[in-house]
Amino acid sequence: MDPVLLVASIMVSATPILLAALGEMVVEKAGVLNLGVEGMMITGAVVGFAAAVSTGSPVVGFLAAALASAVLSLSFGFLTQVLLSNQVATGLGLTLVGLGLSALVGAGFEGVRAPGMGKLWIPGLAEIPVIGPMFFRHDFMVYVSLLLVAGVWAFLKYTRAGLILRAVGEDHESAHALGYKVVRVRLAAIFFGGACAGLGGAYVSLVRVPQWTEGMTAGAGWIALAIVVFASWRPLGVLIGAYLFGGVTVLQLNLQAAGAKVPVELLSMSPYLITILVLVIISARGVHGAPGSLGRSFHASA
Amino acid sequence: MIRLEKRPQPSRLWTIVTPLLAVVLTMVVGGIMFALLGKPPLEAIRTIFWDPLFHPQFASYSRPQLLVKAGPLILIAIGLSIGFKAGIWNIGAEGQYIMGAVTGAAVGLAFYPSESVLLFPLMVIAGALGGWAWAMIPAVLKTKLGTNEILVSLMLVYVAENILASASASWLRSPEGMGFPGSRNFKQWPAVHNDELIANTGMHWGVVCAFIAVIAAYVLMARHIQGFNIRLTGEAPRAARFSGVTPARIVFLCLGISGALAGMAGLFEVTGPAGQITIDFNSGYGFTAIIVAFLGRLNPVGILLAGLLMALTYIGGELAQLMLGLPGASIQLFQGMLLFFLLATDVFTNYRIRFAKGELA
Repeated sequence: MDPVLLVASIMVSATPILLAALGEMVVEKAGVLNLGVEGMMITGAVVGFAAAVSTGSPVVGFLAAALASAVLSLSFGFLTQVLLSNQVATGLGLTLVGLGLSALVGAGFEGVRAPGMGKLWIPGLAEIPVIGPMFFRHDFMVYVSLLLVAGVWAFLKYTRAGLILRAVGEDHESAHALGYKVVRVRLAAIFFGGACAGLGGAYVSLVRVPQWTEGMTAGAGWIALAIVVFASWRPLGVLIGAYLFGGVTVLQLNLQAAGAKVPVELLSMSPYLITILVLVIISARGVHGAPGSLGRSFHASA
Repeated sequence: MIRLEKRPQPSRLWTIVTPLLAVVLTMVVGGIMFALLGKPPLEAIRTIFWDPLFHPQFASYSRPQLLVKAGPLILIAIGLSIGFKAGIWNIGAEGQYIMGAVTGAAVGLAFYPSESVLLFPLMVIAGALGGWAWAMIPAVLKTKLGTNEILVSLMLVYVAENILASASASWLRSPEGMGFPGSRNFKQWPAVHNDELIANTGMHWGVVCAFIAVIAAYVLMARHIQGFNIRLTGEAPRAARFSGVTPARIVFLCLGISGALAGMAGLFEVTGPAGQITIDFNSGYGFTAIIVAFLGRLNPVGILLAGLLMALTYIGGELAQLMLGLPGASIQLFQGMLLFFLLATDVFTNYRIRFAKGELA
């Protein structure tokens, strides 16, 4: 296997999970556990695909996907933040709604091909032998995802708004006592997480496959949730986790294509087994960095 | 200015009203959705909720289907509800359901073509054990290492689906199937065929077990000390520990029960309505059962009713697909919305709504 092609394909295969996991990390940093990532991703996948096919522009597709999933995530936000519903149950509900909604919207788009995405050659860097084709000849979303990682990292570490978001996630009672709008901050985080999941989903249907089939995200949203735990709620950890996972996926697909003497089913289940394995190792070592108020409803009772 | 005031105790009245309110809201929003799809909304709602039971032409076919579809849903949801009460989120019932079916079918096929009357009970036990064992993976990981059971049980669904694919394509494939994937057909093997017990009712052994499970769960939760311990763990984990409840034991108990029931449901399905192990014999009952458990308020009798209602939407959905050309996926969305509206209206169960004029410090 050509190592240049291998690295390039790992980047493509990691991008959807990177986007979704990054968004979910911000949501969890604000103290909200949204288990609906899978539902938002699949909604993004179908809306992005439909918009891109209808307009012929992948950029419009990505924007539409981000918007649709973000709006969908606000339904979760309204239920958990305003109506104070259980976050685990509501997140599951969001996934079920998203799966149904996407199947309904996507019925007319099966078998259609997505408009092609041009490769963006980074001037100068793309010409470097070996390294150029590996890292600098991708579609624009790969760069967007990497910029988002850097942006989220800087936002959480250096900005006042980032500090407030973390405070709300660590201890919502104290944050409320200090006068921060807990519910508003959380709704904003949920909106951002939804948009990221939508982008990730659209990347699956527009670049990775690129087609629409029902249920095509195949658990990527759940894997994104696991990666947030793996990353100990740090942006760099999310990046590493997503790329490791992308590596495993590419490797097993290549083994399948090469006709390795391992049953196909064993290879197909390997990403999920490895996710479990990673979760086990993380929990054996002790989970660190979980926000203090993660998953707890906030009700200002004064 | 609207304010929420926490009730000291969940309202009993609203506990019963909210599922009904959720159904009505789903009908209204579903009707709007059908209208947007260019279908007559009232007719669509009637086709889904009324025609399967009372249509002069189709009802005789669809009425028995009600129990066929409700059986596995109730059986799985009863198990899940016990765990949910204790705050143990097993959302991988679909995987336990598949593994129960595969294990039970494998044990049965090992004795092909035996006509022994003991074989079917043996398969049921094997099915329950298969589902139980699959649920023990998240249970062991949770109790020994503290691994999150939500993610592990869900990941295991995808693993189980791949095991199912391999069973149907290779190691359980029928030798007489001309190389097509799929196991031997249990419907052509009278000793193990889980047939209707009373003709044209849809009543098979799985439905009987579902009814037994409803009663057993009621007794467990309302009358037995373990049921009390389970509820205590869910509502006040610290108090539970002080009163001597071992959290690990509750995890094993809850995941074990739900895994075994899901596994049994799988076995009953594969030997009955589905008839054989195929790559897609599982029809997502494990996920829909989550909705059933919540809609039934985690209460055994509630789950019985919710299971019947959800089965009705399945059959009504198929009917609407046939008669009105409604897309099959709209029913899935319909069921998801039902859960959403239930969770939304639950605010009335736990909170009192107060209308106050502005807020004075």
